[in-house]
Amino acid sequence: MPQDQTVQQLESDELVPAAEPHAGHASSDAAAHTQADLSAEIGALSAAYARALAGVAAPETQPRLDYAPYRSSILRHPTKSLHHADPETIELYSPAFGHQDVHALEADLTIQHNGEPVGERIIVAGKVLDGDGRPVAGQLVEIWQANAAGRYIHKRDQHPAPLDPNFTGVGRCITGPDGSYRFTTIKPGAYPWKNHLNAWRPAHIHFSMFGTEFTQRIVTQMYFPGDQLFPLDPIYQSIVDQDARDRLVARYDHELTGPEWALGYTWDIILSGSRRTWTENEAFGDAGDEE
Amino acid sequence: MSTLTPTPLTPTPLTPTPGQTVGPFYGYALPFSKDNELLAPGSPGSIRLQGTVYDGAGHAIPDAILEIWQPDAGGNIVRRTGSLVRDGYTFTGWGRAAVGNTGVYTFTTVNPGPTKPGGAAFISVAVFARGLMNRLFTRIYLPENEEALANDPLLSSLDPERRRTLIARRDPDGGLSWDIRLQGGDETVFLDFQQDGSLDLATGDLATENPA
Repeated sequence: MPQDQTVQQLESDELVPAAEPHAGHASSDAAAHTQADLSAEIGALSAAYARALAGVAAPETQPRLDYAPYRSSILRHPTKSLHHADPETIELYSPAFGHQDVHALEADLTIQHNGEPVGERIIVAGKVLDGDGRPVAGQLVEIWQANAAGRYIHKRDQHPAPLDPNFTGVGRCITGPDGSYRFTTIKPGAYPWKNHLNAWRPAHIHFSMFGTEFTQRIVTQMYFPGDQLFPLDPIYQSIVDQDARDRLVARYDHELTGPEWALGYTWDIILSGSRRTWTENEAFGDAGDEE
Repeated sequence: MSTLTPTPLTPTPLTPTPGQTVGPFYGYALPFSKDNELLAPGSPGSIRLQGTVYDGAGHAIPDAILEIWQPDAGGNIVRRTGSLVRDGYTFTGWGRAAVGNTGVYTFTTVNPGPTKPGGAAFISVAVFARGLMNRLFTRIYLPENEEALANDPLLSSLDPERRRTLIARRDPDGGLSWDIRLQGGDETVFLDFQQDGSLDLATGDLATENPA
C-alpha cells in the first residue's frame, strides 16, 4: 500500500493519462511506481489467491473492489461488507427500452461520420443471457471505446495519439428475441494511463447491459484474445481468478468474420439469475413500441 | 399476458460475467440529453433530488455516474420506454446523472410512492465511478413515513447509525438531498442481491467467505 501522499497525487493525476511519449524523460507528475513495482504487487495478490484456492476458499467470480494495484480503488471501495438484501418490487424489474430509444444504425460505429474510420474493422457479436440461460431480450446494450490509435474522444484524454474525425467510439443496440447483440466497429488500440510509470491498458471495449431486473445491471469491459498486456494490467488483474478473467475475453470467430470486410469476435454476457416470473411481453417493454 | 414457455434450465446456473470499472472516459458515451430529467423541471409534482459523491478521504469525486430507477408517485412500477429519447411527457422511472466537477449530481423526478400498502417508498440506485471496480447498488428512502421506515425489512436489519445513510433529507424547496460516501465513517450502505450472499465482494477478503 503506497503512502497517502502518493494516493492523493494519483487521484488527481490519473484523470489525464500519461502524455509523455519518450521513455526516460518522465514528466514531473509521473506516477511514482514502476511496472516492476506493480507487477510485484499483482504477483503477491495472485499467489495469495492461489494459496487460498488450494485451501477451502471458493473461486472469486467478480473483481475485487479493494485492489490496491489499481490505485484509484484505494479510496473508492466500500470497507464494509455489502449488506445482503432481498430485492423488492421496483428492483425486480428493469427499466424498459425500445426502438424509440435506439436507432438500428447506432450499432455500426463505422458509419456515424462522413468517411471511413481508420483501423481494423471488426464485428463483435454475442448473446446476453441470464444466470439460468434465458435470453435477455429487448434490452439496451451500450458500448464505448478508444479509436485504433488508443485515444478516446474525451476532453480529459490528452494521450498524444491522433483523434479520428470519422470515429466517435459510441454504439448502442437493443438485444433481439434470442438475446443477441451485434456491433460493427474498429479494433481499439492500447493506451497509457497514470496508474504507474509505463502503465498501459489492454485493448478493450466498455459494455453496459441491463437485464430483466434492475439487480442484473452490469458494466464491464470486453478484451481481445492473446493480449500481451493482460498480466501487467491492474484493472484486468483485479479479477484474481483466471477462469473469471477469461469470461471477459472475446473469442475470434471465423464464422462471424466477413469475407473482404471484417474480422469477427464472439462474446456472450451472462447476467445474474432472475428472481421473478418472467412473461413474454415484458421482453420488449410496451407492446406498442414494437412495429 | 402469456407466460413464456419455460426454457430448459441449465444443469448448473451459469456464472455471471465479472464487472469492470466504467473508467474516466464514459463521459462522451453514457450521458445523453435530459438523462437526469425523469420529467421536465417545473412540472407539477416534480422535485429535485441532489447530492454529492465522496471518496474515503472526504473528497468529492468528479467522475462518478449514478442511475436511479423508481416507481411513480402512485407507487406504480412504470414499464414505459423512452428514457434515452424523452418526449417530455412520459414518465419512464429511470434516469442517469453524471456528477459534475464538484461531485454533485442532480435529478428531476417525483417522490416515489410505496409499491405496497404501508411499505416504505424508496428509489433504487446504481453507482459507477472510475476506481470502482464494479457497480454498487443502494437505495434512497423518503424521510417522512417513520412507521413505514421502522417496518422496512432492509432498514430494520441495519443498526441506526448505518440506516441513516439510506434516508434522504427533505429540502425546504420540497426536494431531496442524499449524499454517497464510498468509504469512511459514514460509508453508505451498499447492497448485495446475490442469492447465496456467500461472497464478500466488498473486500475480496477470502477469510470472510463462506466456502459452503
